[in-house]
Order: sequence, then C-alpha cells, then structure tokens
Amino acid sequence: MEFLGSRWPWRALGYLASSALLCGIVVLVAVGIGSLEHVGLRVAAGLAVFGLAVPFVGLFERWRLTWVDTTASRTVTHNTSAPTPTHPASTEAHSRPDRPSRGRSALEWRVAGAGLASLLVLSWIDVIMFGLTVGGPVLLVLTPVVQPPEAIAPGPAVVVAVGSLLLVPAAVYTFTAWAGARGAMLRGLLGGRDAELDEVLRSRARLVDAFEVERRRIERDLHDGAQQRLVALSMRLGLAKLDLPDESPAKEQLALAHEEAKHALNELRELIRGVHTPVLIDRGLPAAVREAAGLSAIPVDVDVVIEQRPATAVEVAAYYAVSESLANIAKHSGAHRASIRARIHAETLTLEIEDDGKGGADPAHGTGLIGLSDRLAVVDGTIAVSSPLGGPTVVRVDIPVT
Amino acid sequence: MRVVIAEDDVLLREGLAGLISRFGHEVVASVGDAAALPDVVREHRPDVVVTDVRMPPGFTDEGLRAAIALRAQSPLPVLVLSQYVEQTYAAELLESGDGAGVGYLLKDRVGEVAEFVDALTRVAAGGTVVGPEVVRQLLRRRRSALQRLTPRELEVLGLIAEGRSNASIARELVVTDAAVAKHIASIFAKLDLPPTSDGHRRVLAVLTYLDA
Repeated sequence: MEFLGSRWPWRALGYLASSALLCGIVVLVAVGIGSLEHVGLRVAAGLAVFGLAVPFVGLFERWRLTWVDTTASRTVTHNTSAPTPTHPASTEAHSRPDRPSRGRSALEWRVAGAGLASLLVLSWIDVIMFGLTVGGPVLLVLTPVVQPPEAIAPGPAVVVAVGSLLLVPAAVYTFTAWAGARGAMLRGLLGGRDAELDEVLRSRARLVDAFEVERRRIERDLHDGAQQRLVALSMRLGLAKLDLPDESPAKEQLALAHEEAKHALNELRELIRGVHTPVLIDRGLPAAVREAAGLSAIPVDVDVVIEQRPATAVEVAAYYAVSESLANIAKHSGAHRASIRARIHAETLTLEIEDDGKGGADPAHGTGLIGLSDRLAVVDGTIAVSSPLGGPTVVRVDIPVT
Repeated sequence: MRVVIAEDDVLLREGLAGLISRFGHEVVASVGDAAALPDVVREHRPDVVVTDVRMPPGFTDEGLRAAIALRAQSPLPVLVLSQYVEQTYAAELLESGDGAGVGYLLKDRVGEVAEFVDALTRVAAGGTVVGPEVVRQLLRRRRSALQRLTPRELEVLGLIAEGRSNASIARELVVTDAAVAKHIASIFAKLDLPPTSDGHRRVLAVLTYLDA
C-alpha cells in the first residue's frame, strides 16, 4: 500500500505517457511523409527522417531514464567525459593491460541502439500497456456514462464501475513494473552501471599502479640506502672489535653496539620484504610463488607452469593472492599440507590454492578474502572459495592476462 | 689469496677491500657493476670472487647471473652476498659447477669479519658455504622429503650445508666424530645418495634441500 502512495506510480505513468507522445509524433510525421506524391520520395524521406531521429530518440531515452532510475543520470555524466587521463606514475610500472576504452563513439552507438529499440518496439509496447492498464480501468469505471443503456442496465453498470475500481491497484502495479523493466532494458543498452563501474575500477587501477611504483621506490631506497649503510656499520664495528683487547669495557660496549646493528639489519630486511618482493619482479611469478611457499610454516606443493610472463600488475595481484591465501591457511585452517597450482589457459591466469584443513572459511567474515577480491577486482580478476566444513578449502583465482 | 670484489656501493666496496686486506689477502681488483666482472676476472685470474647480487644497470640480480655465467666457463670460486635469502638464487648458484667452490651468504655476515674471511677462504679452496639464515629458510622447504630424517639428523645436515667438517659438527653438537659419521651415513642412506666420493655426497645432500 505504501508503494501505491509513493511517487513511483506517477513517475512510471509519466514515463509511459511520454512514449505515447513519441508515438504520436511518429504517426504525424508518417502521415506527412505518406502524403508526398512520389513513392521513391516517400521512401527516401522516411529513411532520412528515421535515421536523423534515431540518435535524438536515444538521447531522449537516456534523459527520461532518470524518471525511473535515480542512478542513471550520474552514469551518463561519467560516460560522456573525455577519455581518462593516464596517471603519470602509471607509465613506468604500467603493467595493467589497457581495458579497451569505451570512448565517445562506443557511447554514441549505444545511444543510437537505444533510440532504435525505442522507435521500433519499446515505445509501441508502452502505448499498448498504457492503453490496457490506464485506458481499460478508466473505461470500465465510466461504464454507466459511456455505455448506451440498451447494452447494459444502469444497475449492473454501477456495479461494474464500482467493482472495476478494485482493478486500479492491479493496473498501477502492472504499469510500474513494466516501466521498471523497460528502464532496466534501456540501462542495459546504454551500458549504464557497467560503465560507471568501469570508471571506478579504472581509477582504482591507477591508484594500485601508483602504490606499486611507490612501493618499489621505497624498497629500492631502503635497499640502496639504509641497508647498505647498516651493513657497512656492522662491518666496521666487527673490524673495530678485532683491534680491542678481550675483556676490555670498550670491547663489551662495542659488542653490544654490534648486536644492535645486526638487529636493526634484521628488522629492516623483514620490513623491506613486506614492502616488496624483489624476486617477483626479477624472476616472475613461478619463482616468487616457490619463494612464498618456502616461507610457509607447512609444506606447500608448488605446480606453477607459466611460459610467458604476464603484465606486472597481473603478477603482483596473483602473488598477493598466493601470499594472502598462505597466510590465511597458516592462521585459520589447521592444515598440514597445501598446494598451489597455476596455469595460463585461454588468456586467463588461473590459480588454485588448496589445503587439507578444517574448511568453513567464510568470505563474509574476516577482511582477508574481501581485501583479496578488492585487490583482484582492479585487474578484472575474480576469486571463488569452496570451503565445506571439514575441508578441504580451495581458493580459485582467475585473472585475464590480456 | 687473490680476491676480486664486485659491489656497487662505494663505502661497502672499500670496507670489504679493507677487511680482506687486513686478514693478509690481496684484493687485486674491485668493480662497481657486473658487466665489468668478466674482463677483470680474465685479466687478474683471482682465487675467489666476492659479488653482490643486485647491481647496476638493472638493479635486479646482475651479480648473481654474472657469477653463474663465469662458473659455466671455468670452475671459478664465487662467494655471493645477498641482502635477502632468495631460494631461487641460492639453488641456481649452488647448482652451478656441481656446488664446488661456491658460497651464498646474507650480506649481514660481513659484520662477523673473522667468520666471513674464513668462509671466503673455504670457498676459494673449493668448499661449499651456505649461510645459516639461508640454510634455515631452505630447511623449511622440502619438509616432505626430509620427513624421514630424525631431528638430530636434520641438525647435522644443516651444519653440513653450512660447509662444516665432521670434526666441527662434532664440536658443535658435543658428540664424538664417530657419532657424527654415523648420522651422516644414515642421512645419505635415507636420501638415497649412492656411495661415491664422500665430499660429492655432502654436496648432493645439501642440494637435496635446495632442490625441492
């Protein structure tokens, strides 16, 4: 009942009524062209007017989509914006295969398609729906007025009129549902939410690219700077120790300083490993996966056959998926053994990470799997988790490599 | 002992040279990038090369590749210093030239100056030296193949991988030489290593770890 009182039936009504307006114009133009004398002229004029009208009808459709769909208007703004500027940083480590850009021309085709569908089919259905769901009940309600007395007696006519009032809510649901469905169809044709998502993903991909470049820079700076300095310091302290007599207080202090330097080096190395994995960039995914498997607390069988190196972004995302999964296995699964399998088949990198743990991993709980799917989304990757209670758990990741 | 150093960081390169000289060895040349290494080696014919992994121009694993390439031509002893334990690198290096006259140490190890020079000497003499950090990480791998070994045998194998002699292992574990020899024989048997020359089997036992 709440729905009947809302603005949606009115919006839907206006939406369908505007189709009637469109069809009316079409009929008028058709009559005008039909009055032309020459048959060839009629055909030529008809085609020309039709061709010219299609894009405008498409634009009209796109505009009035906002009546039945609040998200459509934003979509449209994003879609018509100029081609996305590339982030300067992303050129260096740009690794992400460029998504075929849905530029302006693609959008124009979509708009024209919407216009065509509207002119040829949808708007006419609108008129019929409008006639059935609005005209029908109205006529029935008006039975006592519009029907001649010889067709129906005044008494039954009033009964029909009152009874058909009950049809009104059903009619309202019907035409609102149709308007909604029609809106969804057009949104599909115009590439509505898809295109918006596309833009969001693209900007996230730029961010990830920028982060990746930044991480590499930090890693290199730490490696070439602080780490080398600490090694040199440790070496000098080691040499200095040689020159001092044993049991001297200075040597004791120096030994403590030397230990501190070694601790600092260890901590720095762990820190750098967390920031970036050099072996991934140097040697690619198979080596990096073996490395990660080697660091795991439980035995991990590695079966990675990848002949050609995919783009860096794909490798980084895949490596992230592997290390996250291994961390999850170590933390939650209670597994004794795990395996990682990776192949590139049909332009898709597929990773399968399986463990013999207790299962019951739920992507809805814990941020690990959600973070992973977010990270994969920017390279168009998907993640599927099968984890029945009692195990085994299989995490499957698919990433397109082109 | 005549030594060639390849290290791109100037301070570290000079520090290494000073350290090696202080122990009475001769640094015949030092270079700042891997590309210069083959020429210098051909010219000076050193007893051993000490090289960093990551060097110009690409700052990835140039030093390691250069070392492996040199060893493919002639049995040149090489000690590789790395900022990280990378199993891939370690395995590739130790497989070159049958694992004789080769070492893979974490760079931090140069702080233990006497040990470092000792390792360098052992590599120059044809020994295999793998740093304890490297061994520890490599041991975590390959657990399946090593499940047949007892904890004590694993410990012994770890020390073998560090390049220790039986006597040194016996001292470390406070057991007799005979006990160590018994453990080693058991390790060789469990890893299916045929009884060829003992030294070669030691290398093979180590490679069993590395080569998962």
